[in-house]
Amino acid sequence: MAFSNMSLGGQIQKASLKGRVRGSESSAKSITFLILLWLGLLIAFSVLLVLIVTTLLDGYTRLDARIFTNYPSANPEKAGLRPAILGSLWVIGTVAVLTIPLGVAAALHLEEFANKHNRFNRFIELNVQNLAAVPSIVYGLLALGTLTLIGVKEKNIVLGGAVALSMLVLPVIVISTREALRAVPMEIRQGSLALGATPLQTAFRQTLPSAVPGIATGSILALSRALGEAAPLLVLGALVFVRFDPNGLLSGYTTMPIQIFNWTSRPQPEFHVLAAAASIVLLAILIAMNAVAIIIRNRYQRRW
Amino acid sequence: MTIHAMNSNLSVPEQPAQRILECEKVNVFYGDYRAVTDVNMAFGQNEITALIGPSGCGKSTLLRSLNRMNDLIDGARTEGLVTLHGENLYDKEVDPIAVRRRIGMVFQKPNPFPKSIYDNIAYGPRVLGMKPSSMDDLVEETLTRAALWDEVKDKLKQSAFGLSGGQQQRLCIARTIAVQPEIILMDEPCSALDPIATSRIEDLMRELREDYTIVIVTHNMQQAARVADRTAFFTALQDETTGNRTGVLVEYDKTTKIFEDPSDQRTEDYISGRFG
Repeated sequence: MAFSNMSLGGQIQKASLKGRVRGSESSAKSITFLILLWLGLLIAFSVLLVLIVTTLLDGYTRLDARIFTNYPSANPEKAGLRPAILGSLWVIGTVAVLTIPLGVAAALHLEEFANKHNRFNRFIELNVQNLAAVPSIVYGLLALGTLTLIGVKEKNIVLGGAVALSMLVLPVIVISTREALRAVPMEIRQGSLALGATPLQTAFRQTLPSAVPGIATGSILALSRALGEAAPLLVLGALVFVRFDPNGLLSGYTTMPIQIFNWTSRPQPEFHVLAAAASIVLLAILIAMNAVAIIIRNRYQRRW
Repeated sequence: MTIHAMNSNLSVPEQPAQRILECEKVNVFYGDYRAVTDVNMAFGQNEITALIGPSGCGKSTLLRSLNRMNDLIDGARTEGLVTLHGENLYDKEVDPIAVRRRIGMVFQKPNPFPKSIYDNIAYGPRVLGMKPSSMDDLVEETLTRAALWDEVKDKLKQSAFGLSGGQQQRLCIARTIAVQPEIILMDEPCSALDPIATSRIEDLMRELREDYTIVIVTHNMQQAARVADRTAFFTALQDETTGNRTGVLVEYDKTTKIFEDPSDQRTEDYISGRFG
């Protein structure tokens, strides 16, 4: 072998270990890259910060009991968000009841039972991904068309809005549930099957319960997205001036984003303050929902 | 280094007295790839049979084909006969779930369910619709049988994840015997455990042998020598035309014979550490 003139290491080297290694963390390249990363984070964070701070500054003067107890009014001093808060709760509650069982069932089928080599199943899988990216207004139009087709005259009802938002939320729930199911290790399923449990028993008694924290987190995040939506509901003709509490699935309603939209389009500056105050309420609810999702994730997260 | 069969169980008959499980020309495929070729062997009732051999020799694949766990792998296919008391496991009318109720399995990595210790044991009897007069008694009996009762009796309601690796693996063995199978397959059950935990599992296997038939895949030759009544040595053969490797059974005999006087040169090379 012709190794005679080459040094392949193994010899005693006199050079010091001190000094920088090229490409190490303290090299110019690495530092530049790190600065760029920080800059990206800074931009995203400052946009959020500016948004929250300006909204708070605009709206805090009007953030009092009236906003929670009063009905909308032509007089900005008396106007409140009460029916919109209740309407949002009704709609999101209905969406949750409609989508979570359906989405979890669809995900369970796709992940645990469907033959992954079947072309039809792969087509469905791909399209669930696509559906999650469809703009919300398209779902509004779809719901509008469907309700017209089945002869529903009053489309500005809680159920109609919930159906439109459900279509928006369903693919997201399917995707996040599939991810939660996929995170359950294969060994758990094998252990159950090796005892003679059926695939159905294994899915319902082992895999699904183990995935519940992940499913809950994903569902809450999906619902919080629906909570902020206005477009599909406006297409359905959701009311913008509601002076009663919604009291059922067939009741007329308004939601917080719609009320905010309405107030911002009024000419009087007092209504703009009111819109900012309502935005603070909406943001607080969204942050609370996301916090619950994070708490569930951290608390019940399993390290396998 | 030579390994001597330490159980020196001279009472092991030349041939299994009761053949409980038999393989006849068993071939296992993953798609087009043939992982195991033409295995013929019989497992004796209330005996411990070890499957040894280098990596990729198909011993784990063969083990999984014995209770149809291979069915769960996409594209896996078993040809030939695997018979339990003379009945083919791969018959069209046989439900793999029924097979797994009679032939249980313990895996390489302890895989307790994310439930309490109690529920880990009770899960099998519950899903199988067994109606023990008292589930508490069944759990206690099972854990006692698996030599785990004294260590866990005060924390039955606690998560099984709180147990040590060795305890988890004994829990998995207990969970398997709770549904009263005839045969327990073990796929390298000690490979993730320290020597003390390993030795406790081996003691347990020797005790369970009174009531169960055990087939164990192991990379640890000393382990085979210590616990097995019979040992089968597998190796991988390379097809000269296609270059594919496939697992074949080289030699199957009493453990004492395999470790002290193997008849095949390849077996001798493997157990003396010259190959594999």
